[in-house]
Amino acid sequence: MTETKFYKDDWISRAQDVADAMRVRGFDYVMRNNGGYLSQICSSAEIFAFLYTRAMNLGPSQAPMVPVAFPGVPGKDNKAYVSGGAYNGIPGPDQDRFIFSPAHYALVLYMALIEVGRMAPEGLEAFNKDGSTVELIGAEHSPGVETTTGSLAQALSQAGGIALGRRLKGEAGQVWVMMSDGEFQEGQTWEAIQALSHHKLDNVSVIVDVNGQQCDGPMDGVMGIDPLAAKINAFGGVAIDVPGHDLAAMERALGARQTGKPLFLLARTDPTRGVPLLKERGAALHYLRFGSVVEKEKYQAACDMMCGEGS
Amino acid sequence: MEIVSRPHVENFITWSQDKPEVLVLSADLTNSCEVGKWRDTYPDRFFSMGMAEQNMMGFAAGLAREGFTPFIHTFAVFIYRRAYDQLAMSVAYPNLKVRLMGFLPGIVTPGGVTHQAIEDIAIMRATPNMTVLETGDATEVESVLDVAQAIDGPVYVRFLRGEMPRLFPKSEPMVLNRARVIRRGGDVALLTSGIITEEALRAGAALEAKGVSVSHLHISTLKPFTDPTVLDAIRAAKHGVITMENHLVTGGLGSAVAEMMAEHGVGKPLVRLGLQDTYSHGASKGYLMAEHELDAMALVRNVEKMMKVRLNIAQEDLDQHRIEAVHSDAKAEAL
Repeated sequence: MTETKFYKDDWISRAQDVADAMRVRGFDYVMRNNGGYLSQICSSAEIFAFLYTRAMNLGPSQAPMVPVAFPGVPGKDNKAYVSGGAYNGIPGPDQDRFIFSPAHYALVLYMALIEVGRMAPEGLEAFNKDGSTVELIGAEHSPGVETTTGSLAQALSQAGGIALGRRLKGEAGQVWVMMSDGEFQEGQTWEAIQALSHHKLDNVSVIVDVNGQQCDGPMDGVMGIDPLAAKINAFGGVAIDVPGHDLAAMERALGARQTGKPLFLLARTDPTRGVPLLKERGAALHYLRFGSVVEKEKYQAACDMMCGEGS
Repeated sequence: MEIVSRPHVENFITWSQDKPEVLVLSADLTNSCEVGKWRDTYPDRFFSMGMAEQNMMGFAAGLAREGFTPFIHTFAVFIYRRAYDQLAMSVAYPNLKVRLMGFLPGIVTPGGVTHQAIEDIAIMRATPNMTVLETGDATEVESVLDVAQAIDGPVYVRFLRGEMPRLFPKSEPMVLNRARVIRRGGDVALLTSGIITEEALRAGAALEAKGVSVSHLHISTLKPFTDPTVLDAIRAAKHGVITMENHLVTGGLGSAVAEMMAEHGVGKPLVRLGLQDTYSHGASKGYLMAEHELDAMALVRNVEKMMKVRLNIAQEDLDQHRIEAVHSDAKAEAL
């Protein structure tokens, strides 16, 4: 179980640096590609920074810094298939595992891998390119991705099976799951929480980017999920609301862990964090598309300013 | 004919004894799928997942990733209808060694449309990485475990429960992608699978007595479907080919045979007996087999049509029909 420290030390500065750098690189990348999943980077940068620099006990990456080309789909005859999980180290009995649920956050994960030194910045050049593993909505050959979860809300169940298997083998490592809040609209998520609780899988820790946004717009208008913490608790988990850009608060929340129950950190985040210009878009935050040259120029100026500060 | 009662119960326990990697996941149909005693024998390897099949697929996938081979036991419809996205993305895409034991195939149950798996073979054959097997007697129910466990990837099995015949000797276990030759002949090639083989056998002697020479093959592997024995039988048939299956004619055995014939340029008549683009309803197996023209008499009529002859075979000329008693070990009603 992760050791919890209730004081501020160097890790916080480092993690914040990682988060800030993810936003800079992400904003720059989205501008160069004329649009993209920017609000997800803004909302979840601290979550990924917390996971990769502090929360998860991972070994060094076993994968090439520049990701390999797509080796074909998995199958009994494809011996060349590679797992993107290799970027998170060799799965050892005491190592944690990272299960990445909202595959639409792939770009954010790639940014995190780059900023923590598990992937080369050049690897991003293959993003969404034909024949690449650095896919738009990653699958299990994509860097940092161990399970195929582009059909949302399937990761928590898979993580439950992995956690159960690890318990049967007597392994001490945790299974960390990063989720998006929209996935709590799917029935399977609740089936999974029910089963994690029933089988007392307290080796599962979930961190949720509660940014209140989904494809159609603000979740409250699409299908509300609150009171999320109360619902998860009622299903037998332990859920804690935390300010999702506050690294120290996220670490403190780990202290809420209870024996026999899966832990859910509900990171309440701002999808415009670091790019306040996004607020002007109102509900249309899911995917940044520029409606006019003028709009793009405004974003370019904001990006240039942020990149200038970062350098 | 030897009738065996619930062979899976003891056989699966014995088989699992030296295989600690074998786990069972159940979705509230444990005794209905004959693994209640298995649960009591190996309580640490049995996991109740409740009525939540989508989540069960994910758990099975995760366990398979950790080196276990989960045997999901539930009704077939809840495997491929209710949880298909999870099955395809969590289990089949990564080619994980999950064994999906689908009970109540086709119209064997009076449970009606919600419990009758009539398009499962079509869907599973269309699922990449999936191997598709079907059991037709006690020997296959027993030996399919070895066949499934040897496959590096997910396996779907149409499983039988309760009372069933032993059509094939214990010494002749199921073999992957190999048909069983029941009868050799040159007039018509007859390919049957699952429970239909027992039914088709009822017409065998009567047809032979009328001078009809039938090449009868029992099929237990629906995917892969590349057995040269099947192709040889089809090529040798003088009048044509008849397939008979406890499934829609779309996407199942009949489709597989049609594809094989087309791909090999075998041009001759093919008659596919099975459910004809229809759902079924709750009634006894015998009633439904007659209704859907899946009984021995329907086979005789189609042989006549194909050979353009009148055979004058009456019901009493067929071997006796086996009727399962209600509330017996046949467990037809256990849902």
